[in-house]
Amino acid sequence: MTGIEAHVQQPYKYGFVTDIESEVVPAGLNEDVIRLISTKKGEPDWMLDWRLKAYRNWLKMSEPHWPNVKYGPIDYQAISYYAAPKKLPKLDSLDQVDPKLVATFEKLGIPIEEQKRLTGVAVDAVFDSVSVATTFQAELAKYGVIFMPISQAIREHAGLVQEYLGTVVPANDNFFAALNSAVFTDGSFVYVPKGVRCPLELSTYFRINASSTGQFERTLIIADEGSHVSYLEGCSAPMRDEHQLHAAVVELVAFDRATIKYSTIQNWYPGDEEGRGGIYNFVTKRGKCAGVNSKISWTQVETGSAITWKYPGCILQGDNSIGEFYSVAVTSHKQQADTGTKMIHLGKNTRSTIVSKGISAGRGQNTYRGLVKIMKGAEGARNYSQCDSMLIGDKCGAHTFPYIDVRNSTAIMEHEASTSKIGEDQIFYLRQRGLSSEDAVSMIVNGFCKEVFKELPMEFAVEATRLLGISLEGSVG
Amino acid sequence: MAHVDQLVGSYRAWASNGVSGAPDWLKDLREGGIARFHHLGFPNMKQEAWRFTSVAPIAEGSFELAKEPARIPTLDEIRPFLLLEAGYRLVFVDGFFQRSLSTPFFDDVQSLAHVVSHRQDLVRQHLGKYVATQDRPFSALNTAFVSDGAFVHVPAKTNIPEPIQLLFLASGTKPVVAHPRNLVVIEREARASIVETYAALGDHSYWTNAVTEIVVGDGARADHYRVQRESDRAYHVATSQSHQGRDSTLNLHFVAFGGALARHDIGAVMAGPGGTLILNGLYLLAGAQHADHHTTIDHAADHCASHEYFNGVLDDKARGVFTGRIIVRPGAQKTDSKQTNNNLLLSGHAHADSQPQLEIYADDVKCTHGSTVGPLDPRALFYLRSRGVGEDDARRLLTYGFAAEILGRMEIAPLRAQLDAIVRGRLAE
Repeated sequence: MTGIEAHVQQPYKYGFVTDIESEVVPAGLNEDVIRLISTKKGEPDWMLDWRLKAYRNWLKMSEPHWPNVKYGPIDYQAISYYAAPKKLPKLDSLDQVDPKLVATFEKLGIPIEEQKRLTGVAVDAVFDSVSVATTFQAELAKYGVIFMPISQAIREHAGLVQEYLGTVVPANDNFFAALNSAVFTDGSFVYVPKGVRCPLELSTYFRINASSTGQFERTLIIADEGSHVSYLEGCSAPMRDEHQLHAAVVELVAFDRATIKYSTIQNWYPGDEEGRGGIYNFVTKRGKCAGVNSKISWTQVETGSAITWKYPGCILQGDNSIGEFYSVAVTSHKQQADTGTKMIHLGKNTRSTIVSKGISAGRGQNTYRGLVKIMKGAEGARNYSQCDSMLIGDKCGAHTFPYIDVRNSTAIMEHEASTSKIGEDQIFYLRQRGLSSEDAVSMIVNGFCKEVFKELPMEFAVEATRLLGISLEGSVG
Repeated sequence: MAHVDQLVGSYRAWASNGVSGAPDWLKDLREGGIARFHHLGFPNMKQEAWRFTSVAPIAEGSFELAKEPARIPTLDEIRPFLLLEAGYRLVFVDGFFQRSLSTPFFDDVQSLAHVVSHRQDLVRQHLGKYVATQDRPFSALNTAFVSDGAFVHVPAKTNIPEPIQLLFLASGTKPVVAHPRNLVVIEREARASIVETYAALGDHSYWTNAVTEIVVGDGARADHYRVQRESDRAYHVATSQSHQGRDSTLNLHFVAFGGALARHDIGAVMAGPGGTLILNGLYLLAGAQHADHHTTIDHAADHCASHEYFNGVLDDKARGVFTGRIIVRPGAQKTDSKQTNNNLLLSGHAHADSQPQLEIYADDVKCTHGSTVGPLDPRALFYLRSRGVGEDDARRLLTYGFAAEILGRMEIAPLRAQLDAIVRGRLAE
């Protein structure tokens, strides 16, 4: 080990707390809390019934413990399920947004005032349990694209929401999905009409601020025939000694010839070097390629969270549909990640590509877990999976658990995985060319992740590269 | 559950009867085994290790513990199952050692029942020390019924040039269960080859529950071949567990052709630095056969190399399951581990499950795994057909080539030729 290990630790940049008056419902979960959330959101009865049904199912389920992660018991009654800044803005006018909130998002690099907008990106900013601002709604409406907080969509586009909510991730899909279905508070809703190519990148930024709360967001994206949409989510949270639960559900539906590109830059507070605090990120994400020639592409860069546990998947139902999964997961300090994907091939000539890059440093544990299932009717299905792990330091772990289930003899399925460390010869070569050790390592790590980064929308690829640098600083050696 | 109680009952009757003369340590070992099995019961498909394999036909079937061989075959009858002419051999029928058909060598190549009393210290030092019973109901059950099986001991710095054959035959005339227990101890810097074969004389349904422990001392080399040719109505459950010392070499070759349901747990612990392991396997299934291979390679020491190759050929409605786990323990630096599992689906109803797994806790390692499932390459078929080879012949040729890749790693030429003939025969069916 060289002196690089002793390199200054870069603190978590987004760990500040916004001092804002919040309305927090008391901790605990019961049917009254769910009714309260539903009332606060002004939801119709069918939504409340749906939530209650999910809650009753959840009561019968038990928390799963099969992932390769370790954590203490979670007390679901100690969490507050709703927290919102008191001065609720009216969504049609940004002038009325609490300046403190505007400043918060500005500090996070997410300007919600349109004049300071990121070029070509529409943002929905979610603060604790509510969406505080959604930019460019009017502009998008010209194209018929609906982009709004899901609570607003439940009121204004009830038909669409009711038709698709829970069709990809059923309310009883798993323990955390059921919990989310019962108590979800905000998230984004996107509908792209037939033949429209969404002119802007859509993006949601999630911020946890209040303490002792959980965030349960719900996102639903529907791409109608022949449409195209690119969506990106980002997130961060303050530094706290307690663990906070974030259990989201994301559902995507792509009809004939539609394309959905979903990118995540996950930077929840990861906890400190000793593993104190940090977010438990237990998320269910799934897309359904319902139509022929449709395509869903997941790209994720996971650098934050004490524990990440998620498997963004694709159900390839339509013939010739395509599923893609590109992932970079970084664990350092005492972070744990159990992440991967599920590709379920149902339609003929369906194709899926999986590229997963795991980087473990410090005492991080990084697990890739993925399922490729090729059903009997999936004639000519094709899968290619590649999982590479990089180990930095001798106290971390990298694990690969792919599940491969093929029931059609015309299908071709390939899986490759490798684990390696940064070669001393590589570093030596770069150093004798005049690069410092840190720069050499950063260059090698970026090269390792390049296949995934090139899938990110341009504005965010730069962000991801920078984030990776910060995450690994101090552990590189 | 009824059957678990029934098995425990049959253990009680058996333990209080014929084998009550066993030494105390052996009785304790058996008691531990049955207690463990009673606690675990039969596995179910909700358990991760048994997700793809249902043992219901065994758990719900009625298999009686064999009291004696149903019949003893003649030497001519067993000849087709002997894959090699020369060398020492031990023959068992329904789990019982057949002295008349065997050629033992003093107390070094012997029946386990015999050496338990004659070489008590050596047996006691190794028996049951390597195979895990904690979460393995079948090896726990085998441990409960441990009485006979093969014992091979190669003293330090000794080379046994001719392969030692261990032949386990089922008479196959009634539904019995046998629990053969084998112990192979290759001492420091010794060398030996072993061929372990399972086959049947009749075609009645029966159940074999075998456990083999292989200990390879420092600097020793062992070549262990295992050929499973049980009848198509047989249930075969087995555990092979090896333990390697410093700078040792172990080449494991597993071939599975038979059984209605076959489950083989293969464990290899590389306990000393500098060890080399080759794990080479082939499963060739047709009809409604189901074979499940679970391999675990445990790199517990540094500077070890393991190479694993498993090929599966699945025809008709056959199902092949493969789970290959590589664990690299903390401190097992400079590990070089490679694993591949390739599956060939010859029919639209065949089904392959493949779970290669890497679990790595050291950083200076080189680990890769790869897995494929697919049909025969249409371009290769086209090429052969364009050269005037008929479609059926072309398919057979390519399938044979896929299987021959595994057979090609076997170093004993006459054995390789025998297995080659079996593969060709099966493909011609």
